[in-house]
Amino acid sequence: MVDKEVKELEKAVEQIWDVATSKFGLDPFPVRFEVVPSAVMYEVGSYALPGRYSHWTFGKAYHRMKTMYDFGLSKIYEVVINSNPSYAFLLETNSPIQNKMVIAHVLGHVDFFKNSVYFSRTNRRMIDEAALHARRMSEYEFKYGRKVVEELLDAVLSIEEHIDPNFFIKRETARPEEEAVKPSRHEGRYDDLFTREEITKREAPWEKHVDEDKRSPSLESPEKDLVYFIMKNSPVLETWQRDVMAMLHQEMEYFVPQMQTKIMNEGWASIWHSRIMRELDLPTNDYVEFAELHSGVVSPHKGQLNPYYLGFKIFEDIEKRWDNPLAEEREKFGRRGGEGREKMFEVREIENDISFLRNYLTEELCDELDLFVYQLVDEEEWTITEKKWERVRDQLVSNMTNFGFPYIEVVDGDYDGNRELYLMHRYEGVEMDMKYARKTLEYVYKLWGRDVHLETVVEEEPLILRYNGSEHEED
Amino acid sequence: MSVQRNDWSLQRKGQIDQDRHKERVREAIKKNLGSIVSNESIILSDGKRVVKVPIRSLDEYKFRYDYRKKKHVATGDGNTKVGDVIAREGEPGQGPGHGPGAGDQPGQEYYEAEVDIDEIAKLIFEDLHLPYLEDKAKQAVESTKTKFTEIRRSGILSNLDKRRSLIENIKRTARETGSAELGRFKKEDLRYKTWQEQMTYESNAVVIAMMDVSGSMGEFKKYIARSFYFWMVRFLKTKYDHVKIVFISHHTEAKEVTEQQFFTQGESGGTVVSSAYRLALDIIGRLYPPKDWNIYPFHFSDGDNYYSDNDEAVRLADELIAMCNLFGYGEIGEEGASSYRRSSGALLSIFKDRLKDQERFVGVRIDDKEDVYPALKDFFGKRGEQA
Repeated sequence: MVDKEVKELEKAVEQIWDVATSKFGLDPFPVRFEVVPSAVMYEVGSYALPGRYSHWTFGKAYHRMKTMYDFGLSKIYEVVINSNPSYAFLLETNSPIQNKMVIAHVLGHVDFFKNSVYFSRTNRRMIDEAALHARRMSEYEFKYGRKVVEELLDAVLSIEEHIDPNFFIKRETARPEEEAVKPSRHEGRYDDLFTREEITKREAPWEKHVDEDKRSPSLESPEKDLVYFIMKNSPVLETWQRDVMAMLHQEMEYFVPQMQTKIMNEGWASIWHSRIMRELDLPTNDYVEFAELHSGVVSPHKGQLNPYYLGFKIFEDIEKRWDNPLAEEREKFGRRGGEGREKMFEVREIENDISFLRNYLTEELCDELDLFVYQLVDEEEWTITEKKWERVRDQLVSNMTNFGFPYIEVVDGDYDGNRELYLMHRYEGVEMDMKYARKTLEYVYKLWGRDVHLETVVEEEPLILRYNGSEHEED
Repeated sequence: MSVQRNDWSLQRKGQIDQDRHKERVREAIKKNLGSIVSNESIILSDGKRVVKVPIRSLDEYKFRYDYRKKKHVATGDGNTKVGDVIAREGEPGQGPGHGPGAGDQPGQEYYEAEVDIDEIAKLIFEDLHLPYLEDKAKQAVESTKTKFTEIRRSGILSNLDKRRSLIENIKRTARETGSAELGRFKKEDLRYKTWQEQMTYESNAVVIAMMDVSGSMGEFKKYIARSFYFWMVRFLKTKYDHVKIVFISHHTEAKEVTEQQFFTQGESGGTVVSSAYRLALDIIGRLYPPKDWNIYPFHFSDGDNYYSDNDEAVRLADELIAMCNLFGYGEIGEEGASSYRRSSGALLSIFKDRLKDQERFVGVRIDDKEDVYPALKDFFGKRGEQA
């Protein structure tokens, strides 16, 4: 791309920003766009944050995405970071129309990031934070060896989603004696001011409260945040290892809202990119190109669930129903009509995917989208088993609970009086994958250092998996 | 608000981490022979040399739901109704955990590595060796091969070694005139290739592959048997010059079939195992005298034999063992059965209890694709060792 093209892109950004904010009332953070080659695009796409620490899983994601791109199978159009100012990446091989669509789409996302209540506590300077983390990680790699760090990361990453999404709230209502034990979040923030020796010499605050002789803190109520619990209470982790867990916990805290609002956010950005593009008064050819792109992004795929499609349709429907409420809706709910736009904006502020679907996925939408429930029958055929809209909706919502992961809590950090870890799977009708569970238990053992137990349910009967460092048992 | 374009040409982070990943792939292949061994892409590869294989240890392990037991939600094309089948397991591109498409799941995908089947074979066979390779292998067949192994100064013109003759000529003229040239041929320059008769001994093995095709042997079980035979035949071919395979499928009756039929025949009927053994003994009697052949009968079944046939089955199995190198029996369980659900009273335990010559009998139980490789090791590992 040549300077002239960059200049034109700048003009386009200004124009689109204008339409988005003045005409449609979007309210994003300022955005810095960066034009990059595909390798960088896929890199940022796989790491999710520029400058993040290294791990082979990122390499794997990178390889997969890049391969899909190289073979013309799929293309990432946009990568945008939740930060202030926000950063967004444009593929240097994009056509001007593609870029315009991406820019409009990005503004939708950034508006969402800024205004959704679920994002209100996210760290808007996460890019810097991630870079600091990466530096510390590579210092640890240097000091302890790359393999050692990689193995630790493998173990922590296996449970990284099992954090408490309400972490922010919980800490604010922490009781006084807990105040002194500052969560990892602030730990190490100023580490770069000290030399490495000073850091390791300095005692981590939680260590003041975990006495080897004293029994581990008793649990008043089960703890869902496995990462935090293990980080704080593991009998065997060294300080630097707890620091690694703290960093990962912090990064996951940052990503949680994005995981909770994927459908909404994509739907939101798609709605606005389509409306903004219409306002730009494009020449017919360009508009046709855009229409093709748009339909590619927002189309339903048979047998799958396209979040762009789902979110887009629901927001459209909300606007329609609040612009033109039915007679009984006017009466029962006092809807006046003409409030579509307002309602959409309110929804994007206060809902997350689960409440969004529960409240706004209607019977008509389920029919129109032809949603269904399917499962594996007789071990051979994936068969549609349910089409009643309420059941379909409920199943969808249920599948999204806890990011689609089984709900697992620590119920005892001192099981058998022997500092063993006892985890409980809150069974709600769906069995866990046993092979994966065993492999993950091995990782948990690595972090905890004593026997670990996982209680779950298989075939309606409780089953307890156990790993003692060398053998798996169950009963 | 700004738009920037910087120089990323030195950016290599993605590439570097990708290399980290490639290393993991290599290690993982070695550690994962168990699942690679039974992978569809290889077993159904029909002779391709490089195949894509999903590697599980590069799966990122998490606590997660069993994909196959979950209820999923997706959109259709507008005409769906309850009872529609949208995809089948076992189809190319599908595998356990891989339903029709990731819809409402956190993205779980297998990593696919490209592997060369021969390399995998080498890794797998490293640990395997041939049990009870008898002397009869050495006496089996005498065949003569002619090899041109000598050079002489006399012979027939059609066996003239032109190159050497030219060289001799140049050498001689160099000796006599001081300059190396070609010319003025004399009889003594000529060299001839001569042959020798060489006796080679070829070792012969015959594998009698038997498969239960009764009603209870579904796709999965047939596939397991097939995976096993795929590697077994490949392995035997590296050890023996000639490996013949006899395919017998049976339900209440046994029949000799082609390889194609063996692996694809539908299943029906009850199970009378002795019928297969009887046919095997018959074929051996007619075509493969034990004094000339190393015989390896293998039988795959799900263990559910007709009760009153068990005695006869044991008796015939004893007979087979008496004239064979090794009798192998594989019992295939339901897919996904965990260890605490093993059924008792099935053929495997009967064989283990009642066969006379336990040394030459190997029985294994396979519940899952991952068990195929350990089963191979059991059959072909060193005697006295368990895999």
